[in-house]
Amino acid sequence: MKTVKVNKMEKKSRNIFLIPYIIWIAVFVIIPIILVIYYSFVDIHGHFTLANYKKFFTPVYLKMALTSFWYAFLITAITLLISYPTAYLLTKTKYKQIWLLLIILPSWINLLLRAYAFIGLFGRHGLVNALLEVMGIGEKQLLFTDFSFIFVSVYIFIPFMILPIFNALDKINPSLIDASKDLGASGWTTFRRVIFPLTFEGVKAGCQVVFIPALSLFMLTRLIAGNRVITLGTAVEQHFLVTRDWGMGSAIAVFLTIIMVLTMLITGKRKRVIKSEKA
Amino acid sequence: MKKLIQFFSTVFLVSFALMFLVNYLNTSEGYAGRNTITVFNWGDYIDPELIKQFEKETGIKVILETFDSNEAMLVKIQQGGTAYDVAIPSEYAIEKMKEEDLLIKLDHSKLPNLKNIDERFLDLPFDPGNEYSVPYFWGTVGIVYNPDMLGGREFDSWNDLWADDLKNQIVLVDGAREVIGFALNSLHYSLNDTNKAHLEEAKNKLIRLQPNIKAIVGDEIKMLMVNEEAPVAVVWSGDAADMMWENDKLDYVVPKEGSNLWFDNMVIPKTAKNIDGAHKFINFMLDAEVAAQNTEYVGYATPNKAAMELLPDEVVNDERFYPPPELTDKLEVYENLGQEMLSYYNELYLEFKMHTK
Repeated sequence: MKTVKVNKMEKKSRNIFLIPYIIWIAVFVIIPIILVIYYSFVDIHGHFTLANYKKFFTPVYLKMALTSFWYAFLITAITLLISYPTAYLLTKTKYKQIWLLLIILPSWINLLLRAYAFIGLFGRHGLVNALLEVMGIGEKQLLFTDFSFIFVSVYIFIPFMILPIFNALDKINPSLIDASKDLGASGWTTFRRVIFPLTFEGVKAGCQVVFIPALSLFMLTRLIAGNRVITLGTAVEQHFLVTRDWGMGSAIAVFLTIIMVLTMLITGKRKRVIKSEKA
Repeated sequence: MKKLIQFFSTVFLVSFALMFLVNYLNTSEGYAGRNTITVFNWGDYIDPELIKQFEKETGIKVILETFDSNEAMLVKIQQGGTAYDVAIPSEYAIEKMKEEDLLIKLDHSKLPNLKNIDERFLDLPFDPGNEYSVPYFWGTVGIVYNPDMLGGREFDSWNDLWADDLKNQIVLVDGAREVIGFALNSLHYSLNDTNKAHLEEAKNKLIRLQPNIKAIVGDEIKMLMVNEEAPVAVVWSGDAADMMWENDKLDYVVPKEGSNLWFDNMVIPKTAKNIDGAHKFINFMLDAEVAAQNTEYVGYATPNKAAMELLPDEVVNDERFYPPPELTDKLEVYENLGQEMLSYYNELYLEFKMHTK
């Protein structure tokens, strides 16, 4: 009798603890998504329509989707190439927490300010060009190029990639690596067969955290790339703020959401496949 | 946990005390109820001395709030959280506000100084009979350039932008109406053209401009031109005046084919609580001496004829900012083309932006 009562109480209090979470999810996740989906089926006169989606599958938007993908992919790949070795070296250093802090520190500064700082650095009379001049390479156009766009995006995303990879690497039991070496594996084999598989979850988390926001970057495309790079994010911003064609903006947003869910599903599925193989 | 609770309660208490303090200070300075007006203006767009003068003359306290785009202003007024008594939107925003019933009709009997405004700037298509708005400043869209960086070259036509030797030199303001507008003008069409064949022609012409374009940006243009990052830009005259103030090598021209004529106007939004005070403020700003002083501070072109007589000749006779009548006749005000057409303009603009060099 008594135990049953306690269980009931526990259940009750557990339900109470769930309330803030449910309210949060409903107000900030579910209702907005429903609204976006609803608006995507409404034209500028407020009538039901499929035209927004039809318009999305025209060359202009498809090309935009492709460029968004291409740049997001490049940004993710380069970020990963830089972050993995960095995270690896970090775990080997003596004061790793301090080094980690130094890498994360810039991300405490507002993104917009950092973007503006790069306008100054990359400008014709900026520091980078002054250096190039001294080295005898001569002045180069840096601002408003693909290079500067990818460079700044990578710079901004690096902390988000390093953190999960660093955590995964840091958790590896060193005896596993020792065991691999004892059994005669070369450094490369140890990395390929032991270290990388053990950190794969971290890499996946990092890629998700970088790829998804990179897909809808819009502020940097204007500030750093001078609108020479147009992504779906730019289009969403324009439709909501300038054209006030919320329907079209929502249709693009729905498409982006679907792609994001798909990315999550695909990166999540592989894990299950591996598990079932093991079984 | 205890520390966390302590921390949050301190933050809460401090914010509460500050709120109370602000409220107390406001009442003690007379910022309460009937005796204040809230003015919603663009940033740095009024001489602060004049606000003091207005407060002294009328005893009404002015609370100044600023916005940085018509769209942001519209949203804030639609939400109606703050009781804005006077706002200063551009003409196309006024048309939207009229459509959405966000404005209060002006009582002309309370605005005797309206007679100071040049007749050319009254009774315009966006507000026939000035029922809702009174012009504050006006300007054009044109080309700002740095002759030093271009070997003394000069511009007088939109078509000069298409020159072969300007590769990667031009910065454009990021606005669909502005960019498609000057392309239409360069083809001698109206910048309110709704003929789809003409618009398609303009887009194709813009695509041919792509190799010459360095960037399409917003407010950063000012910084880029002042720092000589680029030699040519298409901008609003007000921004051009700012740039020339900071870098005297720059020059500005309104191309001969014609261009856009824009107005920022004083209106009383539906959110107003002190309508009488709002009229007093508008009338005060229309006063010749006040408008002249404000023009000297802000640097844009004033529509106030009486004020122009008080301004130094070199300001009023500067044809770059006060274009002569033969040019103003070719300037056009943006008409509200309707949501459908605006979407079409933006579609074309996106296509143009997508077309990389």
